[in-house]
Amino acid sequence: MDQQCPIPISDYPHITLAHGGGGRLTQMLIEKMFVPSFANPALETLHDGAILETPGARLAFSTDSFVVHPIFFPGGDIGSLAVHGTVNDLAMCGARPLALSAALILEEGLPMEDLWRVVQSMQSAARAIGVPIVTGDTKVVERGKGDGVFVNTAGIGVIPAHIHVAPTRAQIGDVLLINGAIAEHGITIMSVREGLEFETALRSDSAPLHDIVARVLDAAGEHVHVLRDPTRGGLASPLNEIAAQARVGIRLDEAQIPLEDPVRGACEILGFDPLYVANEGKFLAIVARERAEQVLAAMRGHPLGARAAIIGQVVAEHPGKVYLRSRIGGMRVVDMLSGEQLPRIC
Amino acid sequence: MKYIDEYRREADAQKFVAAIQRVVTQPWTIMEICGGQTHTLIKFGIDRMLPERVTLVHGPGCPVCVTPLELIDKAIAIARRPEVIFTSFGDMLRVPGSGDDLLSVKARGGDVRIVYSPLDALKLAQRNPARQVVFFAVGFETTAPGNAMAVWQAKQLGLQNFSILASHVLVPPAMEAILGSPHNRVQGFLAAGHVCTVMGYWEYEPISAKYRVPIVVTGFEPLDLLQGIYMTLRQLKAGRAQVENQYTRAVRREGNLPAQKLIARVFEATDRKWRGIGEIPRSGYRLRDEFAAFDAEQRFDVGALTAQESPLCIAGQILQGLKRPHDCSAFGKQCTPERPLGAPMVSAEGACAAYFSFGRT
Repeated sequence: MDQQCPIPISDYPHITLAHGGGGRLTQMLIEKMFVPSFANPALETLHDGAILETPGARLAFSTDSFVVHPIFFPGGDIGSLAVHGTVNDLAMCGARPLALSAALILEEGLPMEDLWRVVQSMQSAARAIGVPIVTGDTKVVERGKGDGVFVNTAGIGVIPAHIHVAPTRAQIGDVLLINGAIAEHGITIMSVREGLEFETALRSDSAPLHDIVARVLDAAGEHVHVLRDPTRGGLASPLNEIAAQARVGIRLDEAQIPLEDPVRGACEILGFDPLYVANEGKFLAIVARERAEQVLAAMRGHPLGARAAIIGQVVAEHPGKVYLRSRIGGMRVVDMLSGEQLPRIC
Repeated sequence: MKYIDEYRREADAQKFVAAIQRVVTQPWTIMEICGGQTHTLIKFGIDRMLPERVTLVHGPGCPVCVTPLELIDKAIAIARRPEVIFTSFGDMLRVPGSGDDLLSVKARGGDVRIVYSPLDALKLAQRNPARQVVFFAVGFETTAPGNAMAVWQAKQLGLQNFSILASHVLVPPAMEAILGSPHNRVQGFLAAGHVCTVMGYWEYEPISAKYRVPIVVTGFEPLDLLQGIYMTLRQLKAGRAQVENQYTRAVRREGNLPAQKLIARVFEATDRKWRGIGEIPRSGYRLRDEFAAFDAEQRFDVGALTAQESPLCIAGQILQGLKRPHDCSAFGKQCTPERPLGAPMVSAEGACAAYFSFGRT
């Protein structure tokens, strides 16, 4: 039982923030430590949630922890975010949410009023979705040992029989769509946290995606091959994971990727690439080419998909890699995020 | 979006590419000075749109890259002190010193914070009178006015708890060092637009004349770079060697005079060591004696620290345009953005990181 830690101590004797950034170091933890330790078929698909076959039903099961600071931000708060996040992970398995759990880790000294706001926000988000929070847990840690409140949610959902979405189903010739403008959550949190002031108000895109996903599945059913919400790590990291798992190339067209001006401006000023900035109300859909227009119409017909667009395609060239055709027509690789994005000097 | 979209139009870019193809009659090698320009070239795939006979080599204008190893070690030594709030621009935090980087110091409990302006560090000092606030003042002429302003204001305010760890470097002496080298292969320069916004471009005129080399002050958007490359090639083809200004919307010949005055008031020229390159005479700024109280090296007595570079890293040759990142045996192997051996692999502006992230392997 005396196994060696698979991540050489000499390289990373300590956890750094980048281990939770959703990029290469997060992936290293998952691939080298978690998956081999917990090895089982449901885990090894490395999807947003596990898909469990039971007699008469296929269930999706997912969990997510939320540590956002500040806990209240323009466009949402840690409570609604925690409900949306897990509902979205279930939706990315093609599942309708059935029930959620909620576990709260509270720091001594947290104002009761703040907890009340968070709980009310969770309640109203869950009610709007129509998913009950059926079980939960509360722990309190000493002052200074937490950051006000951390929330964990887990959820189960039911996957309709004809739906099979998985990263490995991306096929050459498929089309890549997104339901709207990118990078809004990450840039909003960044600007609030760092006290950056921009002329235009930024808002998180935090939203539950189960309903718009259901419309997409209604429109194209089994022709929907992959669904993925590009949260931490932005668009770039999940697309790299899909390309690697399906052994296909993905080609993005920069000019087609929706990006609102205030977010774009903030990214330009900070030197951030919006492809690596977090989203909380967006999803990528990889669908069969012949159904792409129907899926696009289904997205655009939903309030969360008004700016939906076809942003790329699955290609035979460069398997495992994501390429981007830049606005001016040049080509480059879009790699997985390395470490965290840090603001540049000049 | 204004000031962005008009410099990223594909049709206009294609026109410049066609014009460049017409003007290239023989192989030429051009160096873009600034790491921000390197980043744009690779990010937009411009390097792959140019004729093969145009070689772009990436210059030393990445402040993160040329900051000497011992200065990073000094920063780390200061940041570890419990009374210190160590502030820095973001991309300095991941630069490896001899052992550690500032992010690791933060991970082990050091108070290391990212700021967006040295004036924010100054505010921190005012709000935390019991702590020592240190700002890591690196960069070229572009960041010098802001850093000078912070020190100037600190003196006016009589702040006892603010200091800077300064390692300013200057472009013209580095260009001369490259041009004066017997190994030089650079035939034309894209000068760094933002440096020239502050300093103007009159300083480059004697360099252009002495070494018979075209220098074009160039901006940072894709069309700026394509136009700057075109203007440089046009001079090379005609056998001209002049300083021209592509970046007219931001740069005047004399530069920003109030900014220059402030720099001269607070800083003075000094010999400066460049990481990977070595010492270049009068190639940097240090605080004038009357501002010595704000010099973190003196305040925390770290002046004597020295350090040894990794023998595997060829950053010096890359920063001088002698080699390209994939010529390095450690590139993408022992040296990656997660575990950089040398600074060009750290910053988004570093040539190695740009090559690695954008798939130039």
